[in-house]
Amino acid sequence: MNDSALAIVCTVAAVTVFCRALPFLFFHGSRPIPPAVTYLGLALPYAVISLLVVYCLRGIDLSASPFGAPELIASVLTVLVHLWKRNNLLSIGVATAAYMLMVQFLFR
Amino acid sequence: MPLKSGNSFIKLNGETKMSNKSTKMIQAVFTATAPVFCGYVFVGMAYGLLLQKAGYGWWWALLTSLIVYAGSMQFVLVGLLTNPAGLLQTAIITLVVNIRHAFYGLSMIELFREFRFRKPYMIFSLTDETYSLLCSVKTPDGIEKHQFLFLISLLNQCYWVAGSVAGAAFGELVRFDSKGLDFALTALFLVIFTEQWLTAKSRIPAVIGIAAGLACLLLFGANSFLPPALALTVLALLLGRNQIGHRLINPKETGVAK
Repeated sequence: MNDSALAIVCTVAAVTVFCRALPFLFFHGSRPIPPAVTYLGLALPYAVISLLVVYCLRGIDLSASPFGAPELIASVLTVLVHLWKRNNLLSIGVATAAYMLMVQFLFR
Repeated sequence: MPLKSGNSFIKLNGETKMSNKSTKMIQAVFTATAPVFCGYVFVGMAYGLLLQKAGYGWWWALLTSLIVYAGSMQFVLVGLLTNPAGLLQTAIITLVVNIRHAFYGLSMIELFREFRFRKPYMIFSLTDETYSLLCSVKTPDGIEKHQFLFLISLLNQCYWVAGSVAGAAFGELVRFDSKGLDFALTALFLVIFTEQWLTAKSRIPAVIGIAAGLACLLLFGANSFLPPALALTVLALLLGRNQIGHRLINPKETGVAK
């Protein structure tokens, strides 16, 4: 049983590192990077962060109580605090504390 | 005698400068990774606890967090261990869950070339959260940039390993109710999003990401929307290259830029 578990773990590890290494395997050494790829490299971080925000909030159920209220309130709070002070740790700390209070006491 | 004490003064001064520099580095790295610390330690603990309940102790938590090091995939892995599938099927599932990481590297090709012997580790450790930090963090003045970014990557994995081993070893003993603490990672992405929205040379890529994400979420559901959303995003970005490309040419503020 442990042998097969080890094989599964190693397979997952190998495929994961393959996914991460793919662009580097493709454009290794001093091989010139096509302009389209350079452009994607510059534009993708903005798009991917937006996608990751959607990804983090994907589990919200708008059709049943509490209608995603803790997530939506905490998200709006994150952005508002950040627009106010532009301090990463403050925005994240305040919003996370508010979210914990909401899911542990308010919307349990 | 005065000469001697003068010399030792200079030496002392030099050492103080050195330690100031490393204190500054340590401070900067911990400040930059603090949100990931909250998220990784506690999500890692949840993972370790789950793994331990599936019959795999702290040793397995250590092994998987060291060599797999992929948050959401490790939760899937627990399912694969309790309900073994074939290795080919395991590989395909991993590919579907993690193929998004192949797109992250596209932003790092130039930057990682400068890391030389540390480059393999930078590639290996490119998780969602590390990628987001590397893209957005500004290296403080007086700190060596590559050392700084490398330590961010390394510390993030340390948090994850420590959390998952602790979760597997004594997760059941923890009395502190950490429910909701994982929102720190959502908040981290939101903060980076807000910061990029305010400073980006073009907001079109961010809008494309949200639109593609929401559209695919409605079409494919919460569990499988990410790969098609990424494909749609890349397609839309390529189609909009003429409108977006020239605005992004001078991206000096992000960690991605040279």
